[in-house]
Amino acid sequence: MGHYVARRLLQMIPVFIGSTALVFLMMYALPGDPVRALAGEQYSDPTQIAALKAELGLDKPIWWQYWDYLTGLVQGDFGTQIASRRPVAEVIADAWPVTVQLALFALVFTTVVGVALGIVAGLRPDSFRDRALLGLTLVLVSMPSFVLGRLAQYFFAFQLDLVEPNVSLDENWNELLLPATVLAALSLAYVARLTRTSIAENLRSDYIRTAIAKGLPRRRVIGVHLLRNSMIPVVTFLGTDLGTLMAGAVVTEGIFNIHGIGSLVFDALGHREGATVVGVVSLIVIVYLICSLLVDLLYAVLDPRIRYV
Amino acid sequence: MRGANSAKWLAGAIVVALAATACSSGGDSDSGNGDNESSKARYVSINVGEPQKGIIPADTNESNGGYILDALFAGLLTFDEKGGIEYLNAESISTEDSKTWTVKLKDGWEFHDGTPVTAESYVKAWNWSAHIDNAQQNAFWFADIAGYEDVHPAKEGAKAKADTMSGLKVVDDTTFTIELSEALPYYEYKLGYSTFAPLPEAFHADPKAFGEKPIGNGPYEFEKWDHDKLIQVKAYADYKGANKAKNAGVQYKAYSTIEAAYQDLLSGNLDIIDQVGPTDLAKYEQDLGDRAIAKPYAAIQTLVPAFYSKTFKDIDPKVIQGLSMAIDRDTITKTVLQGTRTPADGWVAPGAQGKQTLDTDIFTYDADKAKQLIKDGGGVPGNKVFIQYNTDGGHAEWVTAVCNSITKATGVKCEGDAKPDFATDLEARDNDQVKSMYRGGWLGDYPLNGNFLKELYHSDAESNNGRFSNKNVDEAMAKADAAEDLDSYVKAYQDVEKELINYMPAIPLWFYEMNGGYGEKVDNVDIDWHGQYKLYDVTTK
Repeated sequence: MGHYVARRLLQMIPVFIGSTALVFLMMYALPGDPVRALAGEQYSDPTQIAALKAELGLDKPIWWQYWDYLTGLVQGDFGTQIASRRPVAEVIADAWPVTVQLALFALVFTTVVGVALGIVAGLRPDSFRDRALLGLTLVLVSMPSFVLGRLAQYFFAFQLDLVEPNVSLDENWNELLLPATVLAALSLAYVARLTRTSIAENLRSDYIRTAIAKGLPRRRVIGVHLLRNSMIPVVTFLGTDLGTLMAGAVVTEGIFNIHGIGSLVFDALGHREGATVVGVVSLIVIVYLICSLLVDLLYAVLDPRIRYV
Repeated sequence: MRGANSAKWLAGAIVVALAATACSSGGDSDSGNGDNESSKARYVSINVGEPQKGIIPADTNESNGGYILDALFAGLLTFDEKGGIEYLNAESISTEDSKTWTVKLKDGWEFHDGTPVTAESYVKAWNWSAHIDNAQQNAFWFADIAGYEDVHPAKEGAKAKADTMSGLKVVDDTTFTIELSEALPYYEYKLGYSTFAPLPEAFHADPKAFGEKPIGNGPYEFEKWDHDKLIQVKAYADYKGANKAKNAGVQYKAYSTIEAAYQDLLSGNLDIIDQVGPTDLAKYEQDLGDRAIAKPYAAIQTLVPAFYSKTFKDIDPKVIQGLSMAIDRDTITKTVLQGTRTPADGWVAPGAQGKQTLDTDIFTYDADKAKQLIKDGGGVPGNKVFIQYNTDGGHAEWVTAVCNSITKATGVKCEGDAKPDFATDLEARDNDQVKSMYRGGWLGDYPLNGNFLKELYHSDAESNNGRFSNKNVDEAMAKADAAEDLDSYVKAYQDVEKELINYMPAIPLWFYEMNGGYGEKVDNVDIDWHGQYKLYDVTTK
């Protein structure tokens, strides 16, 4: 297994280089000069612009800039923001924790509620509660998150007065529950449906019949035999979901005024802060890569027939 | 055996997971509300976002940073609502020939670190700000001072010949003189710009660190800056200026969207909103009642023809007059812009001295006359115009409306030329790549009519991106700049404005209005001449 993990970790390097290079090129291809834009409609001194560019290394060819960026990254340097001159690492470190927290909350919510709903429905396919779940998830899947977010805000904050409409600057964990739920809604629907189908199918399989015939208690049949096998597609989905949740937080963070990765990337794109965008995207890429590695490792736990060499 | 194996694998997986998400979720959570003091004065909160850069007067040219500068620094003077001068740190500013100005400072003023504000605090700060090596965004503001060329050569790549400008001289602790390279009757007005603030000695030790933790001499003292979230300043008890804070302090909170800020205003978590978003415009006056603010200020929106473009090269101004008359300003400001703008009747915005009503009908919608004028002027080449705008600023709707209005009235085809953002839009303007017209906007730097005319329509003006050039206008402006005193300066520029009707360097569209509001917990909320809140005046209930 050690070899397997090592190999997978090594494989991440080209993926990482490829994806950052892609984002780097895309940022470069966008028209508009971030240094010139600092002056706005006012006069800007070409000498000064040139000097600032030279200082930030923006006057070099793109491949050179990318090389500088990569070598800096290896030494833990994420670059510097053009306007504020703050280190990008510091900017990301400010915004990262709350988004991770939000995404983890959403992931836990998705897993617990989604799997529970899926089991409830899957154990009695085509019953009323199964159809009710299908209806509910259909609504969740088809509703864009900004609609759901606004609705949630309207009902819970302004009609019922249960929560504040926006997350405060303290970013308390209880304030994050509503945005996390909204963020989780879409994944929740997928997880519930995946679990439901998987359970409904496996319910009819031979090994379940055998387990029941052996006289095992129902709790054990469902909890261990049925669930363990049915979880493989769900885990696959959940694994990549953490990355999706973080990327998807752009909309939710905007609605609930959370100062996380989402609003950071949004602003950075608007101001052509290439280093910030590339930095955040690189981190999300890493999360994706690690999550998919975790999923692969978890397969072996769920299905011991799977072995990695 | 098998169980142990799985457990080991799971443990391995967890280790990887922990390593991946290793991040401190701690962080300090004491972004206090500031109202722990028992006195009745509270902190006031407003949605002002993250400043672009560190807080350095000569490097800040956007409104977020401008708000913080105004709180922390008190320059020589400020302006009242009619565009008149009110002295802050200056006791007097006098001149005999409009060329050499003597500034006397009030006694006993100090920076928040306890050091006195002296003539040296100004002179040293201005010399530093103008110097080319320090690459300050607003360095050109010092260009009128004699010796600017030596510290900031115009030629690309040239080195500075001196460290200080010869025009600045310290007379004694509270007096200094400014000698200009040419007489400017209105120079005093320029000194109201926040770039001319004094800086304490601590600044020169480490400008970058200072930008993060500025020390000013203004009504408020810097408290903290939680990047991308909050800047907090508290009232400075020993402040001696007229704009002394009537509240305990100000919290400038960053919001990810205007809508989010508006919701916080409604739920009482925010005291003042600096702008109401398009989605809430229709209902904000209903929501806030008399706490809604709708007030014009010194800013204008124009359509600027690019006089190098195929469309407008050697054009007869009559054609531009015709286009102007083809725009139904009344209807567009009322419907598309939801009453947030006032139709323009000239090139100078309200709030500036010398604002006048021009004796002309070229700003009035008249389809027949518009058609006639365009015909008389020889028509629009290609019978088509483009309006360049940036899509990130909410301009698409009105550009479409203006285009429809032009086409309906005159048959001239009109199309929006969308640029994805302001940076791209500026790039096209700088490189003379505008197809025919661009969306111009101008917020007054100081409340004088000349600021709205010379900076935009003089042949050599840096912000003249339409490349309008006319000898008569240039000469008239030169004459106005050489006026004896301010009154004749203002009058002379009024004449310049009247003359612009014959040349049409731009089509004025409308003047901006501030659309904001405040919550139930504050009072005395008002804006100044350029649309910013006078936060020091706000009281808490």
